[in-house]
Amino acid sequence: MKNDIILSGVGGQGILSIAAVIGYAAVEQNLYLKQAEVHGMSQRGGDVQSHFRLSDKPVASDLIPYGEADLILSVEPMEALRYLPWLSDNGWLVTNKNPFVNIPDYPKEDELIREVRKVKNNLVVDADAIAKETGSVRAANIVMLGAASHFIELPIESMENAIRKLFARKGDEIIDLNLQALHAGRQQYKA
Amino acid sequence: MLLGDEAVAQAAIDAGLSGMYAYPGTPSTEIMEYIQASREASSMNIHREWSANEKTAMEAALGMSYTGKRSMVAMKHVGLNVAADGFINSAMTGVNGGLVVVAADDPSMHSSQNEQDSRFYGKFAFVPVFEPSNQQEAYDMVFDAFEASEKYKVPVLFRITTRLAHSRSAVIQKEQISQKEFSLPSDLRQFVLLPAIARRKFKVLLSNYDSLSADEKYQAGNWYIDGEDKSLGIVACGLAYNYLAENCKGGACKHPVVKIGFYPVNEKLLERIKTECDEILVLEEGYPVIEELMRGLPSCEYRIRGRLDGSVPRDGELNPNLVARALGMKSGYGKDVPEIVRKRPPSLCKGCGHADMYNALNEALDKYGPGRVFSDIGCYTLGALPPYNAINSCVDMGASVTMAVGAADGGLFPSVAVIGDSTFTHSGMTGLLDAVIKNSPITVIISDNSTTGMTGGQKSHATNRLESICAGLGVEEKHIRTINPLRKNHDENTLVMKEEIAYKGVSVIISQRECIQTAARRKKKERENA
Repeated sequence: MKNDIILSGVGGQGILSIAAVIGYAAVEQNLYLKQAEVHGMSQRGGDVQSHFRLSDKPVASDLIPYGEADLILSVEPMEALRYLPWLSDNGWLVTNKNPFVNIPDYPKEDELIREVRKVKNNLVVDADAIAKETGSVRAANIVMLGAASHFIELPIESMENAIRKLFARKGDEIIDLNLQALHAGRQQYKA
Repeated sequence: MLLGDEAVAQAAIDAGLSGMYAYPGTPSTEIMEYIQASREASSMNIHREWSANEKTAMEAALGMSYTGKRSMVAMKHVGLNVAADGFINSAMTGVNGGLVVVAADDPSMHSSQNEQDSRFYGKFAFVPVFEPSNQQEAYDMVFDAFEASEKYKVPVLFRITTRLAHSRSAVIQKEQISQKEFSLPSDLRQFVLLPAIARRKFKVLLSNYDSLSADEKYQAGNWYIDGEDKSLGIVACGLAYNYLAENCKGGACKHPVVKIGFYPVNEKLLERIKTECDEILVLEEGYPVIEELMRGLPSCEYRIRGRLDGSVPRDGELNPNLVARALGMKSGYGKDVPEIVRKRPPSLCKGCGHADMYNALNEALDKYGPGRVFSDIGCYTLGALPPYNAINSCVDMGASVTMAVGAADGGLFPSVAVIGDSTFTHSGMTGLLDAVIKNSPITVIISDNSTTGMTGGQKSHATNRLESICAGLGVEEKHIRTINPLRKNHDENTLVMKEEIAYKGVSVIISQRECIQTAARRKKKERENA
């Protein structure tokens, strides 16, 4: 088993929390993993990505080779497209539909979504609206994780446990909110 | 699950560290941050305060070593330039307690102004270099590094790169070693580099360097893996080994491979692969250090491939695809990035004080025309980009002040420096003293956000001290002005800048407002504690 995932977004959008949940879940499943993060200058509103590699065998490279990602999980639609060179032929592109506009020449939203739709396996989710419905727009990243969970080879129970662990210090209310966000996201796709 | 940086930090704690010294710099920052946050480190009373710069950190670490205890100093690659005097000469003095110098290189310049390869510094100083290829090796090698440092009485350079520093993986810990007892050097002249002593010590250093290339224990960090197909032999250093392994898809490589994790490399190992194989491909992150060593003269008949012949790009970091190409293997590719995707460069945060400072400065300088502002290393370097287009230099820590002095000497007026608070106490103060001594007609704007912002908000030595530092250096008090960079103060701030820029002597404007990121974190913490 090998599961190569690219997480993408804009600095400050919480992709490292998504990575932490997958990480805890993978450790619970006794899998090997490597996770390359971006720190430093790009975190100031620049594009950020994380290469996440899960496997039942030791992982060599911290970086995913081009054309081998099984999943691009993006919390922002333009950032979803930036990593297409990494996506495998049968890989999934799962993205939040809500743009993060902090540059003057940001493209039109519907044109972006049209590009996303050109990818063979794509899933576009209104994570912000779903997160708001479940209680907090700040859980949009966990909604996205839920939507993409169909394409991550980890049991959903392990992800639930991971959320309990990650948010343990913040109390039951925050844990429940994020668990709801995870499941609301998961319902966005029927396998 | 530890970052490479965190694996180094945890290993240092477990290897009996007594003092950690550092100045923040991507990608090395998380080493000190991890030790500062560690409850273990706190209970063991490990010294772990940020230093003013890499040089003071290096020297403090050497002082800790003087007392017989183990110390570590961490910095980004360009930080080693700042610390170089102390570093090179610490090889000459040698150490008492083990001393490990971590240099985190940044090939591809993700967050740096160059991509220099710290392994050169190892050779320059005649000290051993460890170069791990993964998080577990990083952890394990720290133990070896301290041991080698004490065995040969030299500081040891520990080289990591961004991709390892900022990548997480599981790490298995070893049993903890207790801290060393206080003990002065047996020779109290060991650290006195008077020429007569230094000449003697240099011979020892050189002879140790030879011994290191024959030391079986550490040469075990370099190994030979045989392969059937001898048409090609591969030498892979540090992280490059992972990219090779990736292309072998978990299986063994069909070619002979030499894996390198320790320098100086025993040349017999390189001779062996060179003799056995028709061609050699050298894979290394950074400069062609081993490639040049194996190549000898470029005209030599023997074919050594690597960064110098274009088999691997001459610059930038490696990745699995570049290595596949060098191996002549087919590598995959998804789809091109659609044209609609725009660049998203980093930018100053919404509401950042640097932005208001630049808006005022641009207006104050408008009548003089462009090309008059020297700047420095920090978030405010983003002032080079639109919409500000406000600065004309970013070279090294502190260079804004001194370049402004030199340009004023050359006839530039006004000549303005923009420097951050932490950068100012790192390397700006001495330049300001130069300016005061010759009464240069310059204006120094210290954009004080009361933190080391770009690296994530570490404590700044400058906080609440800037006015007294500048006055102490001799800047006239009436030309030390403090402003609050808020949009509502724009006109008032622009006026202050105009006045001081027009003054034909040294003036300092402290533009003081807390970084909005650290302010938000502080307020959140206060709410949580309330």
